[in-house]
Amino acid sequence: MSIIEIIQENYLVLLAALGKTLELTFLSLVFASVLGLIFGLFNVSKSRVLHIIANVYISIIRGVPLIVLGFFTYFGVPLATGIKLDGLVAGVIALSLNAGAYMAEIVRGGIQSVDKGQMEAARSLGLSYGKSMRKVVLPQAIRTMIPSIINQFIITLKDTSILSVIGLPELVKQAQIIISRTFESFNTWAIVAVMYLIVITILSVVAKKVERRISYAK
Amino acid sequence: MPSKVSVRGLKKSFGFSEVLSHKKRSGKAALSKNFGVLEVLKGMDVEIEEGEVVCLIGPSGSGKSTFLRCLNRLETITGGEVIVDGYSMTDPTTDLNKVRENIGMVFQHFNLFPHLSVLDNITLAPVELKKMDKEAAKAKALDLLRTVGLEDKAYAFPAQLSGGQKQRVAIARALAMDPDIMLFDEPTSALDPEMVGEVLNVMKDLAEGGMTMVVVTHEIGFAREVSDRVIFMDGGVIVEEGTPDEIFNHPQNPRTIDFLNKVL
Repeated sequence: MSIIEIIQENYLVLLAALGKTLELTFLSLVFASVLGLIFGLFNVSKSRVLHIIANVYISIIRGVPLIVLGFFTYFGVPLATGIKLDGLVAGVIALSLNAGAYMAEIVRGGIQSVDKGQMEAARSLGLSYGKSMRKVVLPQAIRTMIPSIINQFIITLKDTSILSVIGLPELVKQAQIIISRTFESFNTWAIVAVMYLIVITILSVVAKKVERRISYAK
Repeated sequence: MPSKVSVRGLKKSFGFSEVLSHKKRSGKAALSKNFGVLEVLKGMDVEIEEGEVVCLIGPSGSGKSTFLRCLNRLETITGGEVIVDGYSMTDPTTDLNKVRENIGMVFQHFNLFPHLSVLDNITLAPVELKKMDKEAAKAKALDLLRTVGLEDKAYAFPAQLSGGQKQRVAIARALAMDPDIMLFDEPTSALDPEMVGEVLNVMKDLAEGGMTMVVVTHEIGFAREVSDRVIFMDGGVIVEEGTPDEIFNHPQNPRTIDFLNKVL
């Protein structure tokens, strides 16, 4: 079978799988951004307890491969608690926890890149810590964080492929199914690779545009 | 009438990690020999009356800036008591944010918010703290910009301003909260020489308007001309204080004489 034939026969399945991949990526990134912001703020706070909580979370996630995390949430947790998780839910949880830890580090780095004088100036005007963070520090931190955040988006998009192991019908899983039917390994993986490449290239171009728009002369 | 600012036995030590960052900030060698604490202020007593202009002078590392930063508690205070406007800054129940609304501060490096226009820099705090609505804050900001001679820069961003202009905006930003006291932390040290005058003139006007001011400065001319009292600090203590005439024309302490010989 030629590449064209594989595409003609499977494009609906492949597009649906791409949709699943994007859905998984999008949901995970939303939750990961929230987790990242929370734990990133924990990490820069003066409270020792919050600091420790953030560090424990980040250390655990860094030390455990995503595939183990996926197996754990999909197979392990239901066995231990009796709560059966839907594949998508388990996948989103695993990916969010994973990306959240890296986002937390990005947030921490972004906040720390803002000159300490900014916080001091805001506090000296009578603004609370939270308001100073929200109105003065974070808007500046986000600008320096954007390239790393986009990088994390791309990594997470690619990481969704790992969740094929828990049976999510995303791109890699569907490709495996197509191959088991057609034995066209080379062509099928080539198609899948190009699909990832196209999506990520689009994402990168958009990212560059966004980056340029919100950057300002220091 | 009680003093505007009352400082009794103020002590400030930096822990090891703080020592490093403090030294970095003050531009000194990044390594300290003693791994313990660095005592920067060793018991200071100062009373500042309403409307008084006090200049702090002294060699770098003498604790002038740290003293100033203790007044609005940007630094945690290790010992002693600081009372501003009747509020104890060392009492944990004091609402620091509320007291700080009343204490304007101007920094050596301006610390303008680079992501906001000049106007938004000035109106941020009054609007956020609900002192004024947006329109009133804007009108006041434009008013303040006029007094510092920058009304045409309202919609510029900090990056488009010169150092002297930035510092004048920073002064306007602090004044927007209608503070009773203004603290100046070496406001002209980061400026090109030709821009020092424009900032000092704004400060002079402010002093003449009756503002209570505490100024850490190396501008001996300004201290001589504008201040009511000059405090010479060295090694974390007040070595000598008095009127500008007393300090600059008839200094008593050999350390003061030595310092003045070097800077005058």
